Amino acid sequence: MTMQIADSVSLSAPDAKARAHAAAARNNLRTEPRAVRIVIIALAMTFLSVFVVLPLVVVFAQAFSKGILAYFAALADPEALSAIKLTLLVAAISVGLNLVFGLVAAWAIAKFEFSGKTFLITLIDLPFSVSPVISGLVFVLLFGAQGYFGGWLRDHDIQILFAVPGIALATTFVTFPFVARALIPLMQEQGTQEEEAAISLGASGLQTFFRVTLPNIKWGVLYGVLLCNARAMGEFGAVSVVSGHIRGETNTMPLLVEILYNEYQFVAAFAIASLLAMLALITLIAKTVLENHLDEGQDASEH
Amino acid sequence: MSIEVRNLVKKFGSFKALDGVDLKVNDGELLALLGPSGSGKTTLLRIIAGLDWPDSGEVSFNGEDALAQGARERHVGFVFQHYALFRHMTVFENVAFGLRVQPRAIRKDEVTIRARVKELLDLVQLDWLADRYPSQLSGGQRQRIALARALAIEPRILLLDEPFGALDAKVRKELRKWLRSLHHEINVTSIFVTHDQEEALEVANRVVVMDKGKIEQIGSPDDVYESPATAFVHSFIGESIELPVLIADGVVRLGDRPLRLAADGLAPGASRLFVRRHDMLVGPPGSGAFEGAVQHVRNFGPVQRAEVALSGGQTIEIDAPRGRELRAGDTISLEPRRYRIFADA
Repeated sequence: MTMQIADSVSLSAPDAKARAHAAAARNNLRTEPRAVRIVIIALAMTFLSVFVVLPLVVVFAQAFSKGILAYFAALADPEALSAIKLTLLVAAISVGLNLVFGLVAAWAIAKFEFSGKTFLITLIDLPFSVSPVISGLVFVLLFGAQGYFGGWLRDHDIQILFAVPGIALATTFVTFPFVARALIPLMQEQGTQEEEAAISLGASGLQTFFRVTLPNIKWGVLYGVLLCNARAMGEFGAVSVVSGHIRGETNTMPLLVEILYNEYQFVAAFAIASLLAMLALITLIAKTVLENHLDEGQDASEH
Repeated sequence: MSIEVRNLVKKFGSFKALDGVDLKVNDGELLALLGPSGSGKTTLLRIIAGLDWPDSGEVSFNGEDALAQGARERHVGFVFQHYALFRHMTVFENVAFGLRVQPRAIRKDEVTIRARVKELLDLVQLDWLADRYPSQLSGGQRQRIALARALAIEPRILLLDEPFGALDAKVRKELRKWLRSLHHEINVTSIFVTHDQEEALEVANRVVVMDKGKIEQIGSPDDVYESPATAFVHSFIGESIELPVLIADGVVRLGDRPLRLAADGLAPGASRLFVRRHDMLVGPPGSGAFEGAVQHVRNFGPVQRAEVALSGGQTIEIDAPRGRELRAGDTISLEPRRYRIFADA
């Protein structure tokens, strides 16, 4: 074949230039006088300082108020260690479960048409719209001694409430929407064409999932897992109802913080709280990084 | 590989996408499915590929039932309108995909796969892009990579859904010629869907014109252009002048005026007269079937396009050769060199 076709390579540089132009244009649009601008910015900064930065500083200041040694002694306390272990275990279980459920739900919603789809989407958001305390109470109603399954569970010697399974269930319920919510819009936007292409090229269902679908949504999955994990570790209301507050056994970190605080052990309470605050900071940084990756993925898919 | 489709029906809710379609595609043919959007052409293509399933009807490849197999087993190369390249893989890995997912028993070794991908990239003249990602390619390049990827599995049939639909006019024209010569070279039975008549007439050996889930006409590009079988085909392919006429007592009437046109063999009743724009010959007043006054004239290279108000009140556009220049205000007579009349449905 001798025919030649003119090729043009699309470059990303003009893109960046266009964006810079747009930003400059936006700045030129501001019409407010200088004084008004300063007042508005100062208001926003003051609000953020008082309501966000100050509490964060206070947490760390209180935690270290009796010195570094007291801080680490508080963390090395057996009750604190048990709470940290339990929190990590519960987060691992609920993130794992929600990763699977979230993927399945997002897959079903984004790639198939079926009746009841709108209902399913509404249902996914339910844990966000119900108070966590009520979510916890539902599990007490189901599995408590007087609950629907209480008798059967007692007969078979299965402990759900006031034990790890109950805490994990309540946490899983409360954090269910995160992974699904992160994936649904992403998968809907990507459509099914790449999967169809893979199947017509001879790929099996599993090959299609692992070679095409999963790589396309991996940043979205990580984003959902990150938020899910942050909430799972920090959950208080639902866990408080089902945990039973057995010291050294069923106290998660947020529960222990409250107990210690009520017992006037401020250094210990704030030492544990500082761990949760650090988790929040790390989550924020990771979230920013992941959001950049998600944006890049979107840019790449533009034709 | 020959394809036979019998009495295919497919509904989406209450919408009939395919309404009893019969089609035979011969081995090695390059066939165009041509029709407006919503005519069912893409649905037909997707059913042949196994990406959609009909409500009833049969599809067979070389006489064997294709509907018994899924898309994975049919060995059909499919090229999507929006390319559907795997965005996280390089061009090379995109083309290699079909070879890498083969069952272990028949999968080629890495050296053979590499050689085969290189060969395909050479075929589409894009070997120098092997390490790029799809987002770094132009539309025309993506389309050719999509084609190379589909060809990697040595498909028995090649199906292309609006292959040039998302490209600009110049690239389209180049790719059309290229697709025709590529087909000549690899000679695999191919069907492509298009709503662009020029594309269908220029590239295909045979054209299938579809409308509202039904096949209106099957024929060579010359057939469908020169002797359209239905009013729809006449108005859809080529620029046509369309006038409502009445056939009565062997006379063709436009409004209350009888036209000097033969009405032999035409059923009486409301009908439509079709004439190609360039088939209207301009003459001095009183010499042709229609009388009219020129309203506007614009020149397009070798032709002048004139808007003419007919004495019956209708306004039509004609293409007349340059030489005898028309002017706004001229009174002229028009004689159709060739015309067709179809009874209203």
